[in-house]
Amino acid sequence: MSAIQNLSRRSFLKSAATTSFVLGLTLPGRVPLALAEERGAAFAPNLFVEIATDGTVTIVAPRPDMGQAVRTALPQILADELEADWDRIQIRQALADKKYGPQGVGASDSVRDSFILLREAGAAARQMLEAAAAEAWGVDAAECHGKAHRVHHAPSGRSMDYGELAEAAAGLPVPEAETLRLKDEADFRYIGTDMPIVDLDDIVHGRADYGIDTVLPGMKYAVVARSPVYGGTVKSFDAAAALEVPGVEQVIEIGGTPISGGYDSVGGVAVVAKNTWAALKGREALTVDWEPGPNAGYDSAAYREQLEAAVRALGKIIRDQGDFDSAYAAAATQLEAEYYVPHNVHATMEPMAAVARADAEACEVWTPTQDPQGTKGAMVEKLGYAEDKVTVHCTLMGGGFGRKSKADYAVEAVRIARAIDAPVKVTWTREDEVRHGYYHAACAQRLQAGLDDSGNAVAWKHCTAFPSIASTFIPGHNEGRLFEINQGVVDTPYDIPNIRCENGQADAHVRIGWFRSVCNINHAFATNSFVAEMAEAAGEDPGAFLLKVIGARRIFDPTNEKTQYWNYGKEPAEFPYDTGRYAGVVRLAMEKAGWGQSLPEGQGMGVAAHRSFLTYVAAVVRVAVDEAGELTIPRIDYAVDLGRVVNPDRVRAQVEGGAIYGLSLALYSEITAAEGRIQQGNFDDYQLARIDIAPETHVHIVESDEVPTGIGEPPVPPLAPALTNAIHAATGKRIRRLPIGDQLRV
Amino acid sequence: MVTLNVNGQRQSFDGDEEMPLLWYLRDELGMTGTKFGCGIAACGACTVHWDGAAVRSCSITMGELEGAQITTIEGLGADGEHPVQAAWKAENVPQCGYCQSGQIMQAASLLAENPSPSEAEITEAMWGNICRCGTYQRIRKAVMRAAGETQ
Repeated sequence: MSAIQNLSRRSFLKSAATTSFVLGLTLPGRVPLALAEERGAAFAPNLFVEIATDGTVTIVAPRPDMGQAVRTALPQILADELEADWDRIQIRQALADKKYGPQGVGASDSVRDSFILLREAGAAARQMLEAAAAEAWGVDAAECHGKAHRVHHAPSGRSMDYGELAEAAAGLPVPEAETLRLKDEADFRYIGTDMPIVDLDDIVHGRADYGIDTVLPGMKYAVVARSPVYGGTVKSFDAAAALEVPGVEQVIEIGGTPISGGYDSVGGVAVVAKNTWAALKGREALTVDWEPGPNAGYDSAAYREQLEAAVRALGKIIRDQGDFDSAYAAAATQLEAEYYVPHNVHATMEPMAAVARADAEACEVWTPTQDPQGTKGAMVEKLGYAEDKVTVHCTLMGGGFGRKSKADYAVEAVRIARAIDAPVKVTWTREDEVRHGYYHAACAQRLQAGLDDSGNAVAWKHCTAFPSIASTFIPGHNEGRLFEINQGVVDTPYDIPNIRCENGQADAHVRIGWFRSVCNINHAFATNSFVAEMAEAAGEDPGAFLLKVIGARRIFDPTNEKTQYWNYGKEPAEFPYDTGRYAGVVRLAMEKAGWGQSLPEGQGMGVAAHRSFLTYVAAVVRVAVDEAGELTIPRIDYAVDLGRVVNPDRVRAQVEGGAIYGLSLALYSEITAAEGRIQQGNFDDYQLARIDIAPETHVHIVESDEVPTGIGEPPVPPLAPALTNAIHAATGKRIRRLPIGDQLRV
Repeated sequence: MVTLNVNGQRQSFDGDEEMPLLWYLRDELGMTGTKFGCGIAACGACTVHWDGAAVRSCSITMGELEGAQITTIEGLGADGEHPVQAAWKAENVPQCGYCQSGQIMQAASLLAENPSPSEAEITEAMWGNICRCGTYQRIRKAVMRAAGETQ
């Protein structure tokens, strides 16, 4: 249980501000007791909430926003329990600090892991305001109720504004955790309500500041030349021509870790100028002689063949249930198929950028980051700063998708600022972003299945090979980690008696990183495609067959002596894998899409479903393919089950956007490498979905009072297989390799 | 020396005439509402109006701009919120919001030329603006809403 202290009572805070009601929380295992870093003259803010004497409520947004609306949704939760009026709330973005508990945004877990915490924070504040009012009126606190920014005493009809009570509440003890009264869920006023994002007005007027927009007095502008091959280093460089470019002031080599450096910069040569344009021109004029290092021969086409060979050979057994070999040998029908998904890059619309000022003792960074504490940690670990000498300001992010979980660009900014003894902004160009990414892992898979005489699946084997994200941190790491193989391989919930899963080894030759939905993209593509192929072999409707394979409602847990299950770091008891919810989204998406209706020639529907990040998602895609192979997507129906929903409109937005993210992957996007160099550079050759292909996406949210999970990533994985299954239904053509590209052209 | 007008303010520039308008706006004038996305006119994040027409500021050099009237997102709603901005809010279009300055400038230019565009005309006009968050279906709705309100 949580213990909560009223930090206003601490004498050292009294000196800073006496007019605010300050609430601190200690939540063992969650958030340690600590003070906020910013204290305005009139206020003494604390971790999550402060109330000024004018009634203004400031809510600290502990996690940064990359478009998933956590700056809105998390304050919604607290404000609801506090019974605060939304138009009297201000949001303040937290600095990176462990005292807030986890601040990262990148596992669709912000609402999931903050929901109770923020409700308790709001409830404790409300109860203290109620107690303050009771004292003022000389009545029983049980008769006082916070509602709409006031405490009301119903028997006498009196009420007081929260602002009037702030000072008195500041002197009261914090209620014991056991005495916290969370609101009845029927009384929620913001949780479950469509609320516009708090930054909406600023965004549409061009006032929203992203990391790349940060400006400091006296700031220089820098770009960095980096090795075209992952792992390369600077042999020598000639800065003479660069220094002749008007506006270029300095050209310096910066350090880093060329291979497996985690969040460190890769090193290179920085061109520092008085504006971005001069820096870019200077970099054009710069000559660098690179030592290309061990990945100079990397060729993604040859690598694909290695991955395919790995999934055809015996891999490490990661799940073993029943006896696959015997069941497969005895099966009436045997099927096998291979699937391939290439590398991809995040292509956040805001490229990487960071502003820093730094000296040998301390550094301060403004950056769009998904991992505030990881960014801080990188300065400690890679640059040797004491933790209390690092300040990380978390700006809005112009997209994140996993790329901005890494701090390499912020480390670059600090390295340069320290070297030139001036504040600096490092800007990455699009080419920098595309060619120096932490790429989505290319992945080959081989699946085999056996069906009995009645078309029932009796055997399932799934082999996967991909370079692991761990290789970015651990040199030479060449097999999937538990969190990777449990994104659509080990955790496949199908009701098939004999299952084996294997993982083949794969060395990494580019940096590998988290990419929205991570390994689920590759694995859900293969499993959902293969189930549709099994349905075809069984002569059954693919939707009905999918439901049959999911089977009866049960709690799925594949753990046995040969199988390590991972449930996104959560206890299965707390977040059980419920196949009833899985089947539920499949049925709902099919029903809403009008599954089974007869369609015109050249049209088809496909279905796919996947549970990732503890959320259940199914998609039905409808396509039309003309005689030339031209594809259009008139409609997508998504069904999502993420437990209780805080902001339904933002959930719909994430799903609509997840569909587009999935469409880019399915239709267009691919990163390839030759001679160690990434062959794409910008949006002309790394293509993304544009408005012409954007379908009408309908989002159906399962009404639920289960604990909330998340929605940022889960919509992406089912898109590609639902699309390719629809293409198969429309044309008879089976796509087993992404992107689809010109595979439909005739 | 180049003299131009940005959001109604006369400006003069005597730097490198090859500098793209984008970096002039962002680094020299401190107007960061116009965003950098690609530098090759392939994403639309940097869209501004030059004499009323939508252009990619990353691919126009200062040397071309003598006498130009430039409007950026900061100047779009100078006399009150532009109907496109209002429609963007009504449809809750933005997710991360980064590309939306460019999307809004593009849509405003479309509606100035063609007050009641068909869906196909909207698609054609907005095709050059990438939104990686995938807000396209709301962009389409917002453009139609703004068109309806400016009729």
